[in-house]
Amino acid sequence: MPLDIPRLRQDFPILNREVRPGVPLAYLDSTATAQKPLAVINAMDEFYRRFNANIHRGVHTLAEESTAMYEAARAKVARFINAPSAEQIIFTRNTTEAINLVAYTWARVNLKKGDLVVLTEMEHHSNLVPWHMLSAERGVNLEFVPVMDDGLLDLDIYRALLARTPKLVAFTAMSNVLGTINPVAEIIRLAHEAGAATLVDGAQSVPHLPVDVQALDVDFLAFSAHKMLGPTGIGALYGKRPLLEAMPPFLGGGDMIKTVHLRNFVPNDVPHKFEAGTPAIAEAVGFGAAVDYLETIGMDAVASHEQEIIAYALERLEEIPGVKVFGPPADKKGGVAAFTLDGIHPHDVAQILDGSGIAVRAGHHCAQPLHEKFGIPATTRASFYLYSLREEVDKLVKGIYEVKKIFG
Amino acid sequence: MEDLYREIIIDHYKNPQYRGRLDPHDIHFEDDNPLCGDHIEITLRLDGDGKVADGRFDGKGCAISQASADLLIESIVSKPVEEVKQLTKQDILDLLGIDLGPVRLKCALLSLKVLKAGVYGLGEASDDLIE
Ligand SMILES: Cc1ncc(COP(=O)(O)O)c(C=O)c1O
Repeated sequence: MPLDIPRLRQDFPILNREVRPGVPLAYLDSTATAQKPLAVINAMDEFYRRFNANIHRGVHTLAEESTAMYEAARAKVARFINAPSAEQIIFTRNTTEAINLVAYTWARVNLKKGDLVVLTEMEHHSNLVPWHMLSAERGVNLEFVPVMDDGLLDLDIYRALLARTPKLVAFTAMSNVLGTINPVAEIIRLAHEAGAATLVDGAQSVPHLPVDVQALDVDFLAFSAHKMLGPTGIGALYGKRPLLEAMPPFLGGGDMIKTVHLRNFVPNDVPHKFEAGTPAIAEAVGFGAAVDYLETIGMDAVASHEQEIIAYALERLEEIPGVKVFGPPADKKGGVAAFTLDGIHPHDVAQILDGSGIAVRAGHHCAQPLHEKFGIPATTRASFYLYSLREEVDKLVKGIYEVKKIFG
Repeated sequence: MEDLYREIIIDHYKNPQYRGRLDPHDIHFEDDNPLCGDHIEITLRLDGDGKVADGRFDGKGCAISQASADLLIESIVSKPVEEVKQLTKQDILDLLGIDLGPVRLKCALLSLKVLKAGVYGLGEASDDLIE
């Protein structure tokens, strides 16, 4: 059943705001961060009004309730991606920290000089720089699956790279620029056949597509709450249990230990071993509420709405002379349209669109190597989510014609 | 928005008076803003009295970065170099006649940064030059 978008939008107070008096907001920047439904805002508000206490080890009522809420959120997030158990969800600050956690713990134990890590050319900086740093520190080699002109990964070259027996294949499930939805299951299957572990950057896939970690057989999955209707400041790393158990702790401090003596400590069990210090408790509660909200709507419905919007957006954008949209056709991508407009810099495009209340992003979107590959310094990016309207696409198109007129 | 893309900016962007390169020149500097690929190169010729005899800019980027470079060169021709050294962020904003958010401010100030690094004879352009 198609979503009733106008009704659903009532759940998102911010979507009713005016950017300036008389100029309503058209929020087309959900790939950067999603807006929050009342369910999330209220859950966090209520947490602070009624339950707030530090978690774990507390004996008083509020501490017990807060702990239960924090752990319930973990269970919800686990269920959302069909993780076998809640303990396999480690709360982090965001996708970036989840990837770094793997790079600092698993990789520093399992990778040595000369070992190969395979990445792709479409990675966000958060799935590049941790590996650059590891490479500089450990002499680990990096290779990249190329992105073809149509925005798809070159899987022939991927297979050839696998013949060099990499230890890890780390890649994004969905490009935050091209929108490309990668064949995640196939990439993982091939990696495993070659004996490599896999890390999927799910920052864009988990918010927008149904994701089942057991069906994918992925070893690590990283994602951020704020891109899936939840708050900033919290994200998650999913990992297979034997891997997590064998990994050394990440940061040291309270909560990640079982016992501490003056000269040594015994680390706590998974997942607490990886969660040092007081975590983002209210944010976890908000994350749980976001997941509940998305489950009520249904991820299939979310994905098919975005599929419809992006198909419409591509059709409309491509009819504008001078517009070039990057990435594959609509049926191979999520709700992301990054484009250039002949002779007009993306910053100017975004600024003029902002004048009409249209929020788009301009720049390299933390994927500078990908832009270099396509020989452009920057793009303007419009992105969509479950609350996006066809009318917002129409507004965008009208806005682009205005930009062209101003620069005429 | 009409404010931001005031005609003066679009006009200087589309019909710059000082685009080009002076050869020979006394002062040359270039730099870019990696965030958005803006690039500005400035060449100046001085006269015997320590004044800017002529200047040109070249580069690519958004309308704000290119228009502010054109306006900036226009404003310094025949000015003493010592005065050019004293230019500030506010002078650029006055030339553009608009207020800018932090991201676009970087676009607007790139030419000033390049100019000051050039007149001070520095090896590299630092943000301190435009504070
Ligand atoms: C594909 C992808 N990976 C990683 C990230 C980083 O997410 P975060 O900034 O929440 O760590 C983003 C978000 O911009 C993204 O789109």
